Amino acid sequence: MLVKMRNPKREVEMPAGRTVNRLLDDLDLVRESHLVICNGTLIPGDARLAEDDVIEIRPVISGGAS
Amino acid sequence: MAVSGSKCRACKAPAVIDLPRHNANFCAEHLLQLCRRQMAKAIDDYSMFGPDDRILVAVSGGKDSLAVWDMLIEAGYQADGFYVGLGIGDYSEESGTYVRAFAEERGLHLVTVDLREDYGYDVPTAARATKRVPCSACGMSKRHLFDKAAIDGGYDVVVTGHNLDDEAAVLLGNVLHWDVDYLARQLPVLEAANGFPRKAKPLVRLTERETAAWCLIRGIDYLVEECPIAAGNRHLHHKDVLNAIEKESPSTKSAFYLNFIDNMAPLLAGQTAAAQGELRHCERCGAPTTGEVCAFCRLVATAGAHEPVPVELVLGKRGRR
Repeated sequence: MLVKMRNPKREVEMPAGRTVNRLLDDLDLVRESHLVICNGTLIPGDARLAEDDVIEIRPVISGGAS
Repeated sequence: MAVSGSKCRACKAPAVIDLPRHNANFCAEHLLQLCRRQMAKAIDDYSMFGPDDRILVAVSGGKDSLAVWDMLIEAGYQADGFYVGLGIGDYSEESGTYVRAFAEERGLHLVTVDLREDYGYDVPTAARATKRVPCSACGMSKRHLFDKAAIDGGYDVVVTGHNLDDEAAVLLGNVLHWDVDYLARQLPVLEAANGFPRKAKPLVRLTERETAAWCLIRGIDYLVEECPIAAGNRHLHHKDVLNAIEKESPSTKSAFYLNFIDNMAPLLAGQTAAAQGELRHCERCGAPTTGEVCAFCRLVATAGAHEPVPVELVLGKRGRR
């Protein structure tokens, strides 16, 4: 299962069969700071991921001090 | 293909997002409805503006400012965009591309200013010339130019895309330092006064996860990458801290900020320098200021006289990659 990440841009292969929430935990990412997109569609935390899925983990944190 | 058992709280259709702070999941349609309702509630609760007001939306090319512009237009408001080219290398080039594309595709009016072309400096140069963090020069420049554009253009209100995460993070920083002057000004709407235009933040009831979801569902292309020279700043660290708390105790972030607005802000009313009537007019540009020359004009003089500095020389620790 291919997982695309940002900041910095990179791609990692992860074993399938885990949920979105488990994937975020395994990558040490906080759910409140990310959206998870599967094959171009938003998916919730309990979605169980399959081997042929292409996952994008998109950070949502932005902004400077102003 | 990913399989989920989550259902939308409103219609029981398959959910696309889980929002622990609402203890609920939502389908795309009802997430948009939630966003619309939260923005409408903020506008109404804080008397931000009315249907006949002319709105100037400060847009950066990021998700929040494009989301609020989109939501305001969809809701029937008269809203033009205002973009400042900050000169932060490829980041600024790309952000400007997203903003212009958004406006052109929707036939919206966009006003633009470029710091280097119009004022002779950019943010990296300003940071180096003033020996201060880039976010300081950037924020001050934008605030001054938003105010000027609103006053010059006859707009009734300046709208920014600040969201609940932004406001909670700033509040945490202000509380940690007990900065009463900043706390007193940290309101979702600031009335026009002393030469400053009215300012409003209609997204203060929405998290940035929700505004990002709005953009994804609405098909809005935005700049996902964070500013390379903001990376690692204290504001972002405060967001991380609050999200760590939120993970263990959902809805704490909204309670922290919204209860401050309801319970604490009224007690701080009138505590700012502006409220105490200590402002005068800048002798160069006429903007309201506490000194003879406003901070923006001093920055233009200092940074404009400095040799241009490439963005690579002012990158933060996390921005060097």
